[in-house]
Amino acid sequence: MKPLLLPPLLSTLLSALLLPAALPLTCSQDLFAASALRFTAIPDENTARLTERFDKVAAYLSEKTGVDVEYVPVKSYAASVAAFKNDEVQLAWFGGLSGVKARRSVPGSVAIAQGEEDVRFVTYFIANASTGIDEGEDFPDAVKGHTFTFGSKGSTSGRLMPEYFIRQHYGKAPDKVFKRVGFSGDHSKTLALVQSGSYQVGALNYKVWQNEVKAGKVDSTKVRIIWRTPTYPDYNWTIRGDVEKKYGVGFIGKVQKALLDMKDRSLLNSFPRARFIAADNSMYAPIVETGTAIGIIDK
Amino acid sequence: MFRVSLSFLAVSLLCLGLADIEITTLDPWQELRRIAVGFLTPDVSVLYTFRGAMINTVTFAFCGIAVGVGAGSVLALFFQLTAVRLLCAFVRAIHEIFWAFLFLPVVGLNPMCGVLAIGIPYAGVFAKVYAEILQEADHTPLKGLPAHTGRLSRFFYGVLPVIYSDVKHYTSYRLECALRSSAILGFIGLPTLGFHLETAFREGLYSQTPAMLCGFYLLIASLRLWVKPKLVLAYVAVSFALVSTEINLRWDNITRFLGHDILPWPMRREGFLDGTGEISFPAEQVWEWVVHLVRTEALPGMWNTVVLTQVVLAGSGLFALLLFGTICRHFVSRRRFRGLSHYVLIVLRTTPEYILAYVFLQLWGPSMLPAILAILLHNGAILAYLTGQNANLVRLRIDSSRRKMNCYFFEVLPRVYGQFLAFLFYRWEVMMRESAILGVLGIYTIGFFIDSAIADDKVDKAVFLIFTTALLNMGVDSISQIIRRRLRVSAGTVLGRQQ
Repeated sequence: MKPLLLPPLLSTLLSALLLPAALPLTCSQDLFAASALRFTAIPDENTARLTERFDKVAAYLSEKTGVDVEYVPVKSYAASVAAFKNDEVQLAWFGGLSGVKARRSVPGSVAIAQGEEDVRFVTYFIANASTGIDEGEDFPDAVKGHTFTFGSKGSTSGRLMPEYFIRQHYGKAPDKVFKRVGFSGDHSKTLALVQSGSYQVGALNYKVWQNEVKAGKVDSTKVRIIWRTPTYPDYNWTIRGDVEKKYGVGFIGKVQKALLDMKDRSLLNSFPRARFIAADNSMYAPIVETGTAIGIIDK
Repeated sequence: MFRVSLSFLAVSLLCLGLADIEITTLDPWQELRRIAVGFLTPDVSVLYTFRGAMINTVTFAFCGIAVGVGAGSVLALFFQLTAVRLLCAFVRAIHEIFWAFLFLPVVGLNPMCGVLAIGIPYAGVFAKVYAEILQEADHTPLKGLPAHTGRLSRFFYGVLPVIYSDVKHYTSYRLECALRSSAILGFIGLPTLGFHLETAFREGLYSQTPAMLCGFYLLIASLRLWVKPKLVLAYVAVSFALVSTEINLRWDNITRFLGHDILPWPMRREGFLDGTGEISFPAEQVWEWVVHLVRTEALPGMWNTVVLTQVVLAGSGLFALLLFGTICRHFVSRRRFRGLSHYVLIVLRTTPEYILAYVFLQLWGPSMLPAILAILLHNGAILAYLTGQNANLVRLRIDSSRRKMNCYFFEVLPRVYGQFLAFLFYRWEVMMRESAILGVLGIYTIGFFIDSAIADDKVDKAVFLIFTTALLNMGVDSISQIIRRRLRVSAGTVLGRQQ
């Protein structure tokens, strides 16, 4: 019989007791960082691009507000909303829908800025060339019976608005209209899937489309735009109301000013937005209406 | 035994007919070629770039295991109570990813979410297995103790030494499982290996994926070298120390979640509209809410989950029966060949089915086919491995047939078939849990609806659906127990617990 391993047991127990004692030394930096303003953004594009974009923004905001600002990457739209609700992040670059959800759950939170383009945002319906569908003025009725992919389930331009227009046109849910309905996860992926023919038709954020065209990732012989939707309000910077308790009265205004003053093209291009303009919660009422109409938001 | 096998086979053929197994991508081979090229040009530097994720994968697993062992040991002592047994069955029936979904709104995407998501279901598993080990333990040493020995001394001197090796064996096997769980939790956003694997697959960075996967295999293969009983507690302590630097647990988040967010929307509606946040109880609307949810999401989701499960149940059985011979000395005499297929089976079983499914989905598009293959390969490999080991124990009579066909059907198979069925039915419930979570990847099993509810920030719906799957799993688990008892098959002790 083994002698029950007591000596090693004791020593490890001891180390278990001692380690937490040594902890404050190692994590004092983290404690300091906890007072930093943390922000996140919905993961609407490639992670690499997002990190590049938001690390620069964090540095810019730190400089302008005089508070340490940190970017926290998340994997899903839902996680960004959850982080905002739980006060893990105080500021976020949300889509129209995620912003609405976040502000509904955190009383006192406000939309403070949006891109100039976000006042009149557009979704592009795109199709693989093999479908033979061409661009038209009106909703492309020919998409019926094809395979279709949205972007993320929580996306405004990749899910909410396209689903709304589909329901409006056919009077039916998407899965009754299309042969197969998928959720690609993000706009870049939607483009890749439709271009490769994995899905015949898709809907994506027009800004991402333009960006990918510029980056040379769009093969016009394989994929093309078939419809541009009517406009709707989209992305926004939203901040928790209780940040003023932590950073002083007027802090929200300070962050808003920093965003509106953002002139550096390399920062703005990475969004990509021409500039930021002031926003408020009421501008997103159409999103709430659409969301409740198709049942994504409880009413 | 024969009749039961045949009827399960028939049901699964029927389900296969109902399942949607179309390949939807136009050119699946193009992507496969790119993956192959990526595998030939691995980018090993990512192992360094993502070292943080590697460390998190290990620390979450150690902490999860520690929570599981701690809570499981206590629960094991009270396992004769029906309430405890039901509680354990319930927490076991919910997959780690679903637990993470539940914790996500409360603690956010931080290590704590990962540790609890692993620790809680594992506590249920440990409680059950430890209780079984305790029950089966040899009680003779207790008789040798003086009459008035205290309970604690009786345990340390009369029980623990007897069960120590079994407990150690099972716990270390579970550590491997915990590493797998920890890795795949990254797919839903926790900072473990899966986070970067998902990114790499999604963005087609196929040179990164083989490096990360190999890193993961090495990690698991090397467990024996660095996980020693003497060091385990130190590892756990260090893991907790690393994890605890990022804990962000706030009481108001917990109360908001439990007291508000998980209640059905009709109960919160009035309070939300008038801004007070108060709870009301409009019974009729709540009932309508439940009925609507069951009709439009729970039932279709469960139906697809069951269809998928039945197909893979028979599929992995057939896979195992076909392949267990390749690691069995009676059929493959060359040790080298046996070794090779042994490694293939180990790699298949080490690769989490979630990752397999993810890759197949990228290749063939979202039908049930990727899910079927993923679960089938993963579970089939485990079954083939266990059955092959059993077959190696079989001693052939000197006058048995030299022809391999005869030897397989008349000598070996009849001797291992009972235990094989027991393994298979043990894994039935596991396969169902896996079928459910693969919905998160876009196959229309119950996981799809749970993922959608989480995406829509409807915690009430998600909780309801997760509870429904838990009940479904518990149901399958008890049917499996009944069948095993009827057939009088048992998986044996130690091997059989590798479920």
